[in-house]
Amino acid sequence: MAAAPDKSRKSRKLTDSMDRAELLDAYSTMLLIRRFEEKAGQLYGMGLIAGFCHLYIGQEAVVVGMQHCIEDGDEVITSYRDHGHMLAAGMDPKGVMAELTGRSGGYSRGKGGSMHMFSKEKGFFGGHGIVGAQVSLGTGLGFSNWYRENDRVSLTYFGEGAANQGQVYESFNLSNLMKLPVVYIIENNRYAMGTSVERASASRDLSLNGVPWGMPSMAVDGMDVLAVKAAGEEAVAHCRSGKGPFLLEMKTYRYRGHSMSDPAKYRTREEVQKMRAEHDSLDHAKAKLIELGIDEAALKRIDDEVKARVQEAADFAQSSPEPEPGELYTDVLVEG
Amino acid sequence: MVDILMPALSPTMTEGKLAKWLKQPGDEIKSGDVIAEIETDKATMEVEAVDEGKLEEILVPEGTEGVAVNTVIARMGGESAPAAKPEAPAPVPVEAKAAPAAPAVHKTVVEVPEAEWGETKPMTVREALREAMVLEMRADGDVFLMGEEVAQYQGAYKISQGMLDEFGPKRVIDTPITEHGFTGMAVGAAMNGLKPIVEFMTFNFAMQAIDQIINSAAKTLYMSGGQMGAQIVFRGPNGAAARVGAQHSQCYASWYAHCPGLKVVAPWSAADAKGLLRAAIRDPNPVIFLENEILYGHSFECPVSDDFILPLGKSKVEREGTDVTIIAFSIMVDVAMKAADALAEQGVSAEVINLRTIRPLDIETIAASVKKTNRVVSVEEGWPFAGIGSEIIATVVEHCFDWLDAPPARVAGVDVPMPYAANLEKLALPQPEWVVDAVKKFF
Repeated sequence: MAAAPDKSRKSRKLTDSMDRAELLDAYSTMLLIRRFEEKAGQLYGMGLIAGFCHLYIGQEAVVVGMQHCIEDGDEVITSYRDHGHMLAAGMDPKGVMAELTGRSGGYSRGKGGSMHMFSKEKGFFGGHGIVGAQVSLGTGLGFSNWYRENDRVSLTYFGEGAANQGQVYESFNLSNLMKLPVVYIIENNRYAMGTSVERASASRDLSLNGVPWGMPSMAVDGMDVLAVKAAGEEAVAHCRSGKGPFLLEMKTYRYRGHSMSDPAKYRTREEVQKMRAEHDSLDHAKAKLIELGIDEAALKRIDDEVKARVQEAADFAQSSPEPEPGELYTDVLVEG
Repeated sequence: MVDILMPALSPTMTEGKLAKWLKQPGDEIKSGDVIAEIETDKATMEVEAVDEGKLEEILVPEGTEGVAVNTVIARMGGESAPAAKPEAPAPVPVEAKAAPAAPAVHKTVVEVPEAEWGETKPMTVREALREAMVLEMRADGDVFLMGEEVAQYQGAYKISQGMLDEFGPKRVIDTPITEHGFTGMAVGAAMNGLKPIVEFMTFNFAMQAIDQIINSAAKTLYMSGGQMGAQIVFRGPNGAAARVGAQHSQCYASWYAHCPGLKVVAPWSAADAKGLLRAAIRDPNPVIFLENEILYGHSFECPVSDDFILPLGKSKVEREGTDVTIIAFSIMVDVAMKAADALAEQGVSAEVINLRTIRPLDIETIAASVKKTNRVVSVEEGWPFAGIGSEIIATVVEHCFDWLDAPPARVAGVDVPMPYAANLEKLALPQPEWVVDAVKKFF
């Protein structure tokens, strides 16, 4: 599983990519995502969340490591498995959870749902439900930075399933042709719904999928937040300096089903257990923090804080009122 | 002697300018030699000789504009080879065929200029579209044009001619042939605050990108609770051109008009083109702007004012009448106007409404007219099933049922893919007589 960054590229020692304080911060965000998603799963089971709900559990290191590479004003866009990206971008867990429950306090005032939330303020551009569509859109975010000559960078996430969509390669062609500042991040969690990457992709190394366009790339251990940060920094610096796009393949794993109604017939329980036991991103970060001298008490404090924030979000999401019936008709067009 | 005829260099070309002669009388011409340059409404093209021989006489001097297709432009002697083949029969002169019915210079005399905007001048729809984009791009640095062949080629239909020179490659952007990708890219740029104008070479190709248009551009404002939308114009020729077959001749008006979150505009005249395109570019919503290739070269009176703009969502009564309302959009307004002329000769006074905007539909103008005339016919080039006519008639029935003296009638393109053969194509597209026949059934 654990793929080291491409040997042909020079990377800093991975452990140097974050100092103790930063790693602690990253750990706390990863934990927030995990606890938030566990709570979302729980609320789904209680019938408070409906429809599609794609949990990010297992993949936390990817989005947290990448978020640590960017600055205010950079953009993030992703697919429907988006809760983690929003929390990492600094969006309020209350607003995210209330959108999941379809309440007026949600980021889209209850009209978007799990897959469709946005925050201009935090540079988060959704939340997109059509597999692969966000790749062209993210290329457009990069285009807007190129047009404005503002040295901002767009992080465009998609799964290894989306990597088989035609528009991904149309986007690769456009962004390499125009030298657009886009970091493409394949979150290879090995299963597109129930189809394993081996059964769906003739390409055996997705990090090479940008080669025909001359796009530099790296394969990264996406369960290691330090490795993600190290690779991400290099990719972001490349884009920010005007050299064009960069492709990162994050080798990761989702512990839960594709969505809530996943029969889980396509992989064994043992496979999931083994991954959780041996490669869990939170365990890995925690061990590293202890190695760096953080004591268990401090970690426990973080745990408690995170639990409290998630509970607060869950309470808000249940107490926030449903949208007014009149909301049905608003926001179809910008009026005036 | 062999006649050299003015060639048709594109499916819709009826005339062109003889820009330059590259051979002079007395020159020997070999098959494949470039003998002249001809400017069409789309491009400057070279004319190659088919026959060999000596150029005897030039009949149309260079610089002549409006030369109809099939006009004899020069005469050539037979083969100049020595008497090797003296017995060979003299080449049979190719008879100059009659030019197509379309007049050399199209003038719509019945069109009422936008009176309140002062001085007007004749302008083609092509020029009007270009002027609209140029004026808006001068005024707002966030507006840019992208699409296939819009920059260096100067536009597949010359709409963007000269714009690369004025605005440079950053704001007039040639894209690869990759509709799905570049449309998504443009929508992403719009979500981040830019104001793209996306030119589709024709709307037929936009089907590759329709997911991004509907799912990303049209729905994001709603899905984000009003936080993030897309100010973007998708424009290009829609509907049948001429003799280009089924995949290149389709009206998409009802496809897009079906979807909340989009505005759908279809100009007819140059004033429509200029005024509505400016409004579309300034509108904070995604706008589908359906042009018509055949209309590009048509000339209309158009206000010259740099401030001229038309509101979206308002239709125009192009011709007033009392007995029947004919509702049309885009090139079908031509058909409606011709039908109204023919009906006038038969003593029927027809009112013609040019929809201008299809969505939102100007119910007020339609209802006021139908309540006056008590009869209505819709005319569209697209297919009848679930077409714009269906929507218009449903709306009329809902709003004006008690005023109707006859069941509303629909004139639409025939419900088949577009055939190639000239006679079949004509049979597939609404003609003024169809409208006249539909109206006569009312009386």
